[in-house]
Amino acid sequence: MLQVILKRIAIAIPVILIVASLTFFLVRMAPGGPFDAEKVVPPQVMKNLNAVYNLDAPLLIQYKDYMFNLVQGDFGPSFRYPGRSVTEMIFTGLPVTFELAFYAIIVAMIIGSLAGIIAAVKRNTFLDYIPMTIAMIGICMPTFLLGPLLVLYFGIHLEVLPVSGWGSLAGDKILPSITLGAAYAAYIARLSRGGMLETLSQDYIRTARAKGLPEYKVIINHALQGGLVPVVSFLGPAVAGLIGGSFVVETIFQIPGLGRFYVEAAFNRDYTMILGTTIFFSTLIIFFNLLSDIAVLLMNPRARSEA
Amino acid sequence: MKNKSISFLFLIILASCGESISPVDSGLDAQILHFGNGSEPQGLDPHIVTGVPEHHLLISMCEGLTIANPKGGENLPGIAETWNISPDGKTYTFYLNKNAKWSNGDSLTADDFVWSWMRILTPSLGSQYPDMLYYLKGAAEFHQGKTDDFSTVGVKAINDHELRVELKNPTPFFIRLLSHYSTYPVHKETVLAHGSIDDRNGLWTRPGNFVCNGPMNLKSWELNKQITVEKNPLYWDADKVQLKEIRYYPVSNESTEDRMFRAGQLHVTNVVPLEKCPVYIENNNPNLRIEPYMGTYFYRVNTLHPVLKDKKVRLALAYAINRNQIVNKVSKCGQKAAYSFTPPGSAGYEPDTEIPFDPTLARSLLAEAGYKDGIDFPVLEILFNTQEGHRKIALAVQQMWQENLGISVQLVNQDWKVYLAREMTGDFQISRAGWIGDYEDPNTFLDTLRPNRGNNKTGWENDRYDELLELANSTNERSARYEYLMQAERLLISEMPIIPIYTYVRQYQLSSDVKGWYPNLLDTHHPKFIYLER
Repeated sequence: MLQVILKRIAIAIPVILIVASLTFFLVRMAPGGPFDAEKVVPPQVMKNLNAVYNLDAPLLIQYKDYMFNLVQGDFGPSFRYPGRSVTEMIFTGLPVTFELAFYAIIVAMIIGSLAGIIAAVKRNTFLDYIPMTIAMIGICMPTFLLGPLLVLYFGIHLEVLPVSGWGSLAGDKILPSITLGAAYAAYIARLSRGGMLETLSQDYIRTARAKGLPEYKVIINHALQGGLVPVVSFLGPAVAGLIGGSFVVETIFQIPGLGRFYVEAAFNRDYTMILGTTIFFSTLIIFFNLLSDIAVLLMNPRARSEA
Repeated sequence: MKNKSISFLFLIILASCGESISPVDSGLDAQILHFGNGSEPQGLDPHIVTGVPEHHLLISMCEGLTIANPKGGENLPGIAETWNISPDGKTYTFYLNKNAKWSNGDSLTADDFVWSWMRILTPSLGSQYPDMLYYLKGAAEFHQGKTDDFSTVGVKAINDHELRVELKNPTPFFIRLLSHYSTYPVHKETVLAHGSIDDRNGLWTRPGNFVCNGPMNLKSWELNKQITVEKNPLYWDADKVQLKEIRYYPVSNESTEDRMFRAGQLHVTNVVPLEKCPVYIENNNPNLRIEPYMGTYFYRVNTLHPVLKDKKVRLALAYAINRNQIVNKVSKCGQKAAYSFTPPGSAGYEPDTEIPFDPTLARSLLAEAGYKDGIDFPVLEILFNTQEGHRKIALAVQQMWQENLGISVQLVNQDWKVYLAREMTGDFQISRAGWIGDYEDPNTFLDTLRPNRGNNKTGWENDRYDELLELANSTNERSARYEYLMQAERLLISEMPIIPIYTYVRQYQLSSDVKGWYPNLLDTHHPKFIYLER
């Protein structure tokens, strides 16, 4: 197991360096610079600004300086927000995004796996068709539609939940968590249904039933472990996706998370912020993929022995 | 069952994470204003930042020599209690309010202004607004590194409470410039305690460190969530300040902001969503505000283009646009058709230029330029930044030119920065543009089209125009000055390097609880006049 982890980390480092280098040159190739604005500043001002941020140096020198700072863990200052370092901004937004992703994944797990398990157990009945139809709608419905719909109904029509915010007003975390979790709940429902169906047709389940074990015990003690493996392997990329893809929900609900910084940095050509967040997200994705692989190894003896 | 209880418990836990009652209702007694502020401010250093959200924050926490009049018109005294202007209009003597203090209790003196103006003019600070002080003698030279001796710049502290400013030319709008945040003083000791004079990244603007001199103090700053300011008891005019707190929310999504207002989470919004505006007008929404604004929406023409360099072509394009139809049927939010570059009514300036909607005249001008009925006219491009409103107007203009002139144009939308880069490098033919005045005077518009101005971008250079602006800025007599500016405006409209479309309006929602809030051309609402009452 340790060997597998070490091997994965050894691969991760060059991957991150390649991501950093590619991003560095790609953002510089995009037209427009961080200080371009509708009101053009005098040439002297632009010259001063470029000098302050080392943008007047040759590109390769800038690249060398950036990578040198990067390996020391320094993402540099934000161009858009003077006085803020990229690291500070990432770690300001990250706890919020993590919290949102955590609630969303709980919503997704509870709703998704329950629906999936029931659908598998009650295969080809209404208890299968209805949750699976809802799941299909959930997968298809984008968050930018679901979010405002929930807000209009619960926030403005019923007036029972706040329409925006994070930790300021009572219950303001409920709608964003459901909105972000919904699409993932739908995926999890379909995955857990598939996993459960496969497991329920295995010989050892038939053996358990033949021995007269009550059905709920068969499912909880024997089928769940194997049936939820696809869900667990989906969780790693899902968490990374939730964190990276929370931008829309953060915008709809005015949540001060990392996703908004990431997307706005791209619009603002905030070079250091784009690089910092991209490198950070790539690291997260690698990390969560590794975690989910480890979890699968722990749950699945066959995979463990192959590893 | 067990799972159901868990999810119910989960919702209860989530629901218990904060306070209740609508913020607008609870703000009434507590005098807490909830303010939709557009986007996260770049920062709070008045010499570094640019932008409107920063302006809202800085006028509440800092103050310059004058403040903008909330009802429009001449500026009111700020830190300067009174001032004298020499007969030639070039020397200003400001007498500072002796009760003016920094929020840490230090006295505010004339030296603070001298040091602060030296700071914004220090090249290595990289300020984006040093040209606001270029009107001072020697300021441009100091900023451009031609001298490093600040004593050559026309600002001197005569004593603690007397500041003398010498200008290159009589600049009748100089008093109005002094309410702009780039001219604000900063607290020298605080700035230097967290970095050098030219440190852009100093931490002096953080809560706990920030020292300024306005009606409010910085209380807390939660990135991308909220900035809270509270009443500053040491402000020289603190008796007048009724608000106890203002909470600024950086809500960049217009629909989210609209929902927040409807749910009682905001007293005032930054904008009204484009698609909601006509609906609110039709429903007589009592909270909707549509007020004149000092901005012009126009099409910028690249006069270096082989076809567009011909004045007749530019005039034909301008005369073939039905502006009334655009404001009534396309933008539909109270905008006014524009027939001049400077919006009418800026500091009493009423331009008399006309841009007729006359397809026959337009066609004959195009024929004179060699393109009868639009034959052989190349397919031009209208460049605009990606936004639904710009696209709709471009579509309307495209159709009008097709119908009235028989010419085809293509619409090209680009991401904001790409659009800016293309405009800047002249890689466009016709592009949509907007200009919002920095101060209430026609000069803030007309100056941009002088030769060698970075904001010109049209390639149009006219010596007579430049001369008229120069003459206007060297006279101190208002009617003579406005006459020169009017001549310049007429010349501009007869040459049409820019095609005015409409005059902007400010559209936003304001709760009826907010009092002391008046419409004004620059959309400046000074917090010391605002209070909440139902």
